[in-house]
This record gives sequence, structure tokens and C-alpha cells, in this order.
Amino acid sequence: MSRPTQRGLVYTAIAMATLAPTSAQAHLTATGMGPFYDGISHFSLSPEDFLPVIALGFLAGLRGTRTARALLAILPLIWFVAGLLTMQGLVVPNVVLSSATALLFLVIGGLLAANAKAPLVLIAAVGATLAIVRGIADLTGIAESSTSLLTLMGMCASVFTIFALAASATLSLERLWLIVAARVCGSWVAAVGLLLAGWILRYGAAIG
Amino acid sequence: MREKKKPVPIALLAVLVLLLPAEATAHIVKGEAIGFVSGLEHPISGLDHIIAMVAVGLWGAQLGAPAIWLLPVTFPLIMACGGFLGLIGVPLPGSEIAIALSGVCLGAAVLSEFRPPLWIAAVLVGMFGLFHGYAHGAELPPGQNALLYSMGFVLATGLLHVTGITIGLVHRWHCGRLFLRGMGAAIMCGGIYFLRAALA
Repeated sequence: MSRPTQRGLVYTAIAMATLAPTSAQAHLTATGMGPFYDGISHFSLSPEDFLPVIALGFLAGLRGTRTARALLAILPLIWFVAGLLTMQGLVVPNVVLSSATALLFLVIGGLLAANAKAPLVLIAAVGATLAIVRGIADLTGIAESSTSLLTLMGMCASVFTIFALAASATLSLERLWLIVAARVCGSWVAAVGLLLAGWILRYGAAIG
Repeated sequence: MREKKKPVPIALLAVLVLLLPAEATAHIVKGEAIGFVSGLEHPISGLDHIIAMVAVGLWGAQLGAPAIWLLPVTFPLIMACGGFLGLIGVPLPGSEIAIALSGVCLGAAVLSEFRPPLWIAAVLVGMFGLFHGYAHGAELPPGQNALLYSMGFVLATGLLHVTGITIGLVHRWHCGRLFLRGMGAAIMCGGIYFLRAALA
């Protein structure tokens, strides 16, 4: 039997170290990387946050640069203010936040699916409502001990980045099938919102 | 003569390490992973649903634009409407028969390359979608994560359509058209089988 080479042993040791079974606790409130990254990870791991932001980004992008720029400023700013108010003691019942989130999924997804030529004011109002609802829900959902201004800033930075990426992806779309793909995403988001609404009516508050 | 090195034992060791049983409990909030997977599994849990979803995609591909993109945009929404009705407990009798009939009708449409006006195709597909969604909504198990379940459910439904549309793209070739009509016949036979079971 041949002897293993030195390089082979090193690779094996690396593979063993990499694959050693450890529990990956992704949803810990504190990631161990500090409050700013806690905010980023909270947003990134919450589909109730990032899905409507992406859909709104697609919608704003399809409506043009002016709408996209306006929402890029409004969305993170209002999200921040809503979070700040929650940190100061604002309390909204979970069932209200859940229902409003389901409704926002439905409205944003519906507008995107229909590729509605909605005016800037309407889209901005929808965006502002989303920021208020999710800003409050996010800060309500996080354990008090780990809530800080930096956590909120991490969330708002994520909102800004994800929205900017989604809007810029659709701003330059010219091919019909790509626009259709964005609209299909809207249809799926609206469908999720509708199912969520039914779930809330049947079982009560469904998401935080 | 120099002996050739054999890396087999090392590879074997690496494979053994890979096979070490370990539980990857990454997203360990109770019920969430189950919610997404259950949602993803639900539309593909019954063959009667699968054949109808795929048939919608096939028919859309046969009909061409604008049906090919109108159906995947509208169908998930209509199906979610049915799911909503099922969730809130609105009675919709005969849903199992309607689901089986959807396989028969959509299969027959694909088989015969039936080309009705767009609105008739949309109403037909929408009506069947409502019953499919209703059945899913009424059967929804409690105690799951609603958002993740809904995401999985919608994603699986949409992907079944995409599968149908992708298969339907062979329509541009003559033998592809024959193949699609064959699939339509198979779907129709499946629908008849499920209809017989629903009526029994």
C-alpha cells in the first residue's frame, strides 16, 4: 500500500477541519460581529423585509430614474425614523404589523405585476408605509439587549443597498422578457401577500 | 523503476470525512425550515396538480405571445386567490372534480392545439387555478411559518409553470409539436384517471 504524500495529508487535514460538524447558528440575534452587522444580518435573513424592498426596487426602476432616486432617499430615512421611534418606546400590536406587511406585499407585488404607470406620489407613499411598518416591526422583533443605533443603521444601510441594486437592475431593461421576468416576480410577491393575509385571518398574527 | 503514487487512501479518507453524519442546524428558528420545505413540497405532492400546472405552461407555449407571458404573471395570483378562499374557510364544493377536470381539459387543449381568444384561455386557466389554489389553502397545516410556507408554495407553483413553458419551447420544431401533442394526450389520460377517482 502506498504512503500518503505530505501535500495529501495537508489537504486532508484542511478538509477535516472545514467539514468538522459544528452548529451554524445563523439566526442568533447577535452575530458576534457587532451591532452594525447584527442589523445587516437581521435584514438579510428576514424575507418579510428584503422581499418587498426588492419588489419596490424593481417597480421604481421600471418607473424611471426620478422615482428610483426619490425612493432611494425616502425608504432608508423613514425606516430609520420608525426604528428610532420604536427604540423610544413606540409599541404597535403584532397582528397590525403582520396584516400591514401582508397588505404591502399584495400592493407592491400587484403594482409590479401589472407594471402599473403609477405616479411618483403613490409609489412614494407605498414606500413610506413599508418603511414605517417594517422599521417598527424590525425593532420590535429584536431583543432589547441587542438593540442599538448601530443595529438600526445596519438595517437602513441594507435597505439602501438592496433597493439601489434592485432599482438599478430594472432601470435599463429594454428586452421584453426581462421586464416580464420582473413582473412575474411581482406576481409571486403579491401571491405570497394574499396567502399571508388568508393565514392571518385564519390563525392570527403570522410574522413579526 | 519509480513507483507511481496512488492518492486513493487520501481520497478515501476525504470521502469518509464527508460522510460523517452531522446535523446542519443553520436556521434553527423552530418551524421555519419546515415551513418553507412544506410549502415547496405542497404543489408537487399530488400528480393531479403537477400535470395541470405543467399543462398550463405547455399550452401557453403553444399559444405564443402574449399568452406565454400573461399566464405565468396572472396564474400565481389567481391560484393565491383560491388559496386565500380555502384558508378563510369559504366553501367551494366539487374542487376535487374540478381539479381532475383541469387535467382533462388542459390536456385536450394541448393535444388539439386549441387556440381560443386570449380571454377565453385566461378565464379557463384562471378558473382551474382557483380550484387548485383552493385545495392547497384548505389543506394547509397549522403551526408552520406562514411567510416561508407561502414563499415555498408560490415558488414551486411558478417553477412548475416555467418547466411547462420551457418544455413547450420545442413547439418551434415539427417533431417538437408532435411531442407536445403527445404530452397533451398523456395529461388528458391522467386527468381522466383522476376524474374517475374523484367521482368514485
